[in-house]
Amino acid sequence: MKDLGASCPVPFGRYDRIVLGHGSGGRLTANLIRDLFMPALGGEILSRLEDQAVCPVDLPAGARLAFTTDSFVVRPIFFPGGDIGSLAIHGTVNDLAVGGARPLLMSAAFILEEGLPLEELARIAASMRAACDRSGVQLVTGDTKVVDRGKGDKVFITTSGIGVVQPGVSLSISSARAGDRLLVSGPVGDHGIAILSVREGLEFETQLVSDSAPLADLTRVMLEACPSIACMRDPTRGGLSSALNEMAAASKVGVKLQETAIPIRPSVVAACEVLGLDPLYVACEGRLVAAVGEADAERLLELVRSHPLGRDAALIGRVVEDHPGIVTLLSRAGGERVVSLLSGEQLPRIC
Amino acid sequence: MKFLDEYREADSVQRLADSIARTVKRPWTLMEVCGGQTHSIVRYGVDRLLPPQIELVHGPGCPVCVTPLETIDRAHAIASQTGVLFCSFGDMLRVPGSHGDLLQLKSAGCDVRIVYSPLDALQLAEAHPERRVVFFAVGFETTAPANAMAVHVARKRCIANFSMLVSHVRVPPAIEAIFQSPDNRVQGLLGPGHVCTVMGTSEYEPLARKCGVPIVIGGFEPLDLLEGIWMTVRQLEEGRAQVENQYRRAVRPEGNPASLRLLQEVFETVDRKWRGIGTIPASGFRLREQYHAFDAERIYGVGDLRTEESTVCISGEILRGLKKPPQCPAFGKECTPETPLGATMVSTEGACAAYHAAGRHLPGTPEKRSAS
Repeated sequence: MKDLGASCPVPFGRYDRIVLGHGSGGRLTANLIRDLFMPALGGEILSRLEDQAVCPVDLPAGARLAFTTDSFVVRPIFFPGGDIGSLAIHGTVNDLAVGGARPLLMSAAFILEEGLPLEELARIAASMRAACDRSGVQLVTGDTKVVDRGKGDKVFITTSGIGVVQPGVSLSISSARAGDRLLVSGPVGDHGIAILSVREGLEFETQLVSDSAPLADLTRVMLEACPSIACMRDPTRGGLSSALNEMAAASKVGVKLQETAIPIRPSVVAACEVLGLDPLYVACEGRLVAAVGEADAERLLELVRSHPLGRDAALIGRVVEDHPGIVTLLSRAGGERVVSLLSGEQLPRIC
Repeated sequence: MKFLDEYREADSVQRLADSIARTVKRPWTLMEVCGGQTHSIVRYGVDRLLPPQIELVHGPGCPVCVTPLETIDRAHAIASQTGVLFCSFGDMLRVPGSHGDLLQLKSAGCDVRIVYSPLDALQLAEAHPERRVVFFAVGFETTAPANAMAVHVARKRCIANFSMLVSHVRVPPAIEAIFQSPDNRVQGLLGPGHVCTVMGTSEYEPLARKCGVPIVIGGFEPLDLLEGIWMTVRQLEEGRAQVENQYRRAVRPEGNPASLRLLQEVFETVDRKWRGIGTIPASGFRLREQYHAFDAERIYGVGDLRTEESTVCISGEILRGLKKPPQCPAFGKECTPETPLGATMVSTEGACAAYHAAGRHLPGTPEKRSAS
């Protein structure tokens, strides 16, 4: 068996792949937890192996809890810039972060397909640990189930997270106001195109890397500097377009974007041109878009750009009173169009 | 991005729009042939930059839109057979046939896969000798050479478990049919740039002469489209009906000789039915006799399958440039990209889908801005 690095104890007994018995609740399950999950993920609370995590909390008066959950089914499970494990941590951390919460506690539930190499699972677990450490969260409880070969796609992970929202912070998708500027923290579409390029075996001159990253530190910095930010969103599935359409609908405002202001990597533009996709609909996993007051916009932009995850941040448009619920884009060529919600999956075109 | 941004640059776009406004003296109706051109016009709002005298109508050049219902039904009949691995370009999966679309067939357990090239399908056939791999070969002359290449290679390498369901169409006969129809209102044509990179421009010379209509072979970016429109309007105002080439950076008069040789070797022309338009003589390609062993229509015996169209949808009139999407009572109501009644709502290059994606079914988005 391959050398799995310091965090991974070898051997895993006589199995090098997941078998149905690993989900039986018996000795094999216990071995999997003891030999694979604990060395990678075990902290003080998880190591107790209770049916529930009982955690001491110290909430300031007026603070509130934020709670969220998300499932991850990405294929391939390893991709340039990340893997399903780090993605599962970042995704849930980011859902908390854009609500203004500081992520604290997480759970992870694994659905493993019979036949998954244990070496791959160990790499995923190690990557989740690194992502937790980077995000400042603690994984405190978890679960594992195994399904027959052919009934899953290697591994599915569901994570849930709890975070704390400080008093005075109040973010909502329905709080964007006419006059706000729209700030995006970096180039859009990297994750979706990185996944598509490895999934479909498409080769480009430069390798496209997912932007998967935890946003909690960036949102903390932003909210400390400007507690009045009213609305943030991470443009994951459906991309920037869906995030802004949701914002426009919930806040009953219009959104006007300027195409030339939206940061998109040339390699992503090129891949989208080839595949017939619109980068505004392609997923990001480490970006946020925020509606910020006009008076704070330039100052926040500077601040975000000084953060490692916001170097290419840009102001991309405005929230307006006109056409509530509708996002429009002033195209590079000078024409204007509506950027509507995507129906179904984007399909590559014929010619 | 280099070689793209230059063709989308606002100042140059405005300069060309101004040139058009200065050139035009009378009202003219122009048609862009390609779905790709329609998509770009709507996406960049090119039609809204034009003076009110110019009306753009959208042509039949979206391969997804013109593929007849019975071809989709044939694809279904083949894809639902045991042991078949059915490969298609992505757009075709959502086109509704009589019994739902190919995505529904996939969800019901049939092996339907998206490929990006017919050669990918050929690779699948080589990798899975126990499966029968069928590739859905639709499209205009642009996609035909790659599909011809796949069959050519399959024959050379004796890949017996590979076949193609061929429904290729040719642009010139369709244009002629539109021009010669008694209710035609198209006075000038933006010709199909990508088709002509393969075929060259010579096929269009007799067409322009015979029908008395200027044809400007045009590209797909905003500047290409505006320059193409300007060149067409200039011909119309000067009373000329010639073939001109706006898309010179891609189209040579003689086309692509290697592709033309391959097309000649693999395909022969055949009368073909177009969705919404009907049968047009010599408007399609089919496999020549020496390639019959790779002809899925013959192998699976689906050639006789016949289907009738829904009567509600006006996509036929849209494809012939007689009507525009907002003139359909179902547009944006019963008919949406989620529930398409006709093929022009399915592909991003279909006129109805392009209008819908750009929000032109919404209130407060006028068909064209008043001239400022």
